[in-house]
Amino acid sequence: MNFILSVIISLIAVVVVILIPWVGVGAFDLRVLFGIVIPYAAISIFIVGIVVKVLDWGRSPVPFRIPTTAGQEWSFPWIKTNPVDNPKGKGGVIIRMLFEVLLFRSLFRNTRLEYTFKDGAAKIDHEWEKWLWLAALLFHWSFLVIFLRHFRFFVQQIPGFVHLLESLDGFLQLGVLPVTGFGVPDVYLTDLLLLIALAYLFIRRLYIPHMRFISLPADYFPLLLIFSLGISGVLMRYFIRVDITVVKEFAVGFFKFSPKAPEGIGVIFYIHLFILCVLIAYFPFSKLMHFAGVFLSPTRNLSNNNRFVRHVNPWDYPVKTHTYEEYEDEFREKMVEAGLPVDKQIETT
Amino acid sequence: MADTPKPDELSKIDHKPPLLRGWMDIPVDIKPGICCYGSKPKDLEYMSMPNPRDWNPLEDDWKLPEDWEDIIDKGMKDRLGKFRSFKLFMDICVRCGACADKCHFFIGSGDPKNMPVMRAELIRSVYRKKFTAGGKLLGKLAGARNLTEDVLKEWWYYLYQCTECRRCSLFCPYGIDMAEITIMGRELTNLIGLNIDWIAAPVANCYRTGNHLGIQPHAYKDMLEFFTDEIEDITGIKMEPDFNRKGAEILFITPSGDVFADPGTFTCMGYMMLFYYLKSMGLDITWSTYASEGGNFGFFTSHEVAKRLNAKMYAESKRLGSKWILGGECGHMWRVINQYMDTFNGPADHLENPVSPITGTKFENANSTKMVHIVEFTADLIKNNKLKLDASRNDNLKVTFHDSCNPARGMGFFEEPRYVIKKVCNNFYEMPPNTIREQTFCCGSGAGLNAGEDMELRMRGGMPRANAVKHVHEKFGVNMLACICAIDRAVFPDLMRYWVPEVDVTGVHELVANALVFEGEKKRTTNLRGEPLPGMEDEEDV
Repeated sequence: MNFILSVIISLIAVVVVILIPWVGVGAFDLRVLFGIVIPYAAISIFIVGIVVKVLDWGRSPVPFRIPTTAGQEWSFPWIKTNPVDNPKGKGGVIIRMLFEVLLFRSLFRNTRLEYTFKDGAAKIDHEWEKWLWLAALLFHWSFLVIFLRHFRFFVQQIPGFVHLLESLDGFLQLGVLPVTGFGVPDVYLTDLLLLIALAYLFIRRLYIPHMRFISLPADYFPLLLIFSLGISGVLMRYFIRVDITVVKEFAVGFFKFSPKAPEGIGVIFYIHLFILCVLIAYFPFSKLMHFAGVFLSPTRNLSNNNRFVRHVNPWDYPVKTHTYEEYEDEFREKMVEAGLPVDKQIETT
Repeated sequence: MADTPKPDELSKIDHKPPLLRGWMDIPVDIKPGICCYGSKPKDLEYMSMPNPRDWNPLEDDWKLPEDWEDIIDKGMKDRLGKFRSFKLFMDICVRCGACADKCHFFIGSGDPKNMPVMRAELIRSVYRKKFTAGGKLLGKLAGARNLTEDVLKEWWYYLYQCTECRRCSLFCPYGIDMAEITIMGRELTNLIGLNIDWIAAPVANCYRTGNHLGIQPHAYKDMLEFFTDEIEDITGIKMEPDFNRKGAEILFITPSGDVFADPGTFTCMGYMMLFYYLKSMGLDITWSTYASEGGNFGFFTSHEVAKRLNAKMYAESKRLGSKWILGGECGHMWRVINQYMDTFNGPADHLENPVSPITGTKFENANSTKMVHIVEFTADLIKNNKLKLDASRNDNLKVTFHDSCNPARGMGFFEEPRYVIKKVCNNFYEMPPNTIREQTFCCGSGAGLNAGEDMELRMRGGMPRANAVKHVHEKFGVNMLACICAIDRAVFPDLMRYWVPEVDVTGVHELVANALVFEGEKKRTTNLRGEPLPGMEDEEDV
């Protein structure tokens, strides 16, 4: 399958995902199905799926302690060690993992190969390349902030952190964009950043030759899905406004397990909700599980302390070895002749 | 053996993969010069490994067992259950591509299936088909495919184009380690008898004679004694090597490559000279002919074979009643010692926490494995002023240091060798930061790929390393590449001759021994290689 086919298939899949609630609610008014049944099903798949997957990973043991060491090991007191990139204990591992999970430390190392062939000789350079890191960081953090901002809908009493996030996220935008002051609410920075980062991540898959080669539909599909999730949210907030009180009533009821499918609300809301349902139901079966997997990665979450703390392999088993006795039995004569010490002398009969 | 193209020919590399053909639609094309010879039946038989037979990867019929797919199936399932790394790395890759241009084999070959992500996908695609619902249901759409004989051949071809250097894992945001996947993949291929000759033969040799090269005990002794003659010629001092001696405080184990071929032999002479120097200061050390191999080609075969070969180290130290073990300069040997040995064959309760008999320094970071790296041992000696050194004897050298992959990314052994080199050499220059320390580039011939028949692959894989050496050669006049790995010492001379002929290769302890000033030695006019020392050029013929 080449990249054109992969993109087309992913696009079709996302269009279908959008059309289903559009038709289902817009034409057939299946509000209970799309507002209650599917969301509960999706969230159940999400939670159960993740738990099952993580337990499944956890069931496989870590027989060897194999951290990738990215700095000087613990050595003599007069040698400066790197306790984060090459941790000798739990504290260092925790900091290493925090750097990894919150700041994408390893991706920050990224470089770009610049290969030139001139006058019969090759020149290999490793150029500055932080765009992938930046886009990934912006995407993930924006997504998190947007998710947290949604808590204004999920709980009756809007939590304090939501106000704080909203004012930070919105404050930075005041008067910056021309659209403010035209009856459109303040633009959240994260809404823009999310879409820009997603667009970058999508385009680089098509633009960079080797990315085009390695990308699967499973790479394009989630990007497009999240992009349409974002777009439908942006449409709802800035352009096709929906009645927020209805949404809130629905969300609060939903999480209190007394759901009522929202009424008199634009189909755009159901589209947004359905995309989310598909995303979270797809989540446990997809590469998106990297969010949980990174915590379990044995090359990152272990100390480089094998030389002074023994690691036990739970399924270790005895193996056949070639013992010294067998070795000496084979070579005894030659050893004696060469003046090498032996355990058993040659029997003289 | 295929002819290796000339450097300018080989440097014409296109890193752009095909535009419109998906990778699953590109069948594998096994090329001479890139792949190694297949394993020989006698070696597999000696190790009681499956499917011993003569086979040739360049021929169509690989003489697989009838039920090979079943075997791979079960083997995969078994390993997914035993290794969290394997299971996780099959599931969580997002194909961000950060690893793609970090692999020396991709840089040097342009073959898109040498991108670590792609190499892993070769196996992942089969994993999806066999073990995930999405893959079973959606097939190609979910990036899944059947394991056919062609796919198996593709696995083999690319699994034996990976040197397990772990450079990709450094850049992966989830720490996915191609080395780990290669290790699993090679375990699987070994279940149906698909090893390469250059791994299987050393493994069988090592099992039988104690070392990869198959050197028998008397010959091993001969070789070291030959070195003592060489050393006597240069220093006027006669040393006595010491073998299999019970009660020796320290057991010394080094890769057998150091005993066998230049320039490793000079490093070996360096160890011998250092030990002799320290003898009067209280060093009580012996060499073993039974555990006469530090390296472990079993590690390139399977965890089990690695364990079977590694067992000798502790067994021999126990038999001899040593207190601790000192290890020579070697790459993957130290990854095995650091990350596997204690788990494989420990606990080493018969040994004591290592303490330097000369300085009294406790090597606390080796309190469980009880094995100390000779470079840290020497660094401690120098730090405590126990060695009289004349660094000017190395003044003809402009030295750079190659961090071997395994001590770099499987241990974090960066400062110790640099400290020693700077104390015994006056001219030291680093290669560019993206090519050293944790970002170091592989020699291109590790993990058992240092054969002769895959020379083109080796020259390609070593290209990024050589390119960095060339850079410091042109900029600073560097003429010596130092390293702490026996495979490096075995393969870099070829690589340098091919890419940067002006640069030679040395182990760190060769440099140490050249600088080491013995009491009562004759005036040294040459270094260990018999080349005149700086300022002594005229005295050479005396």
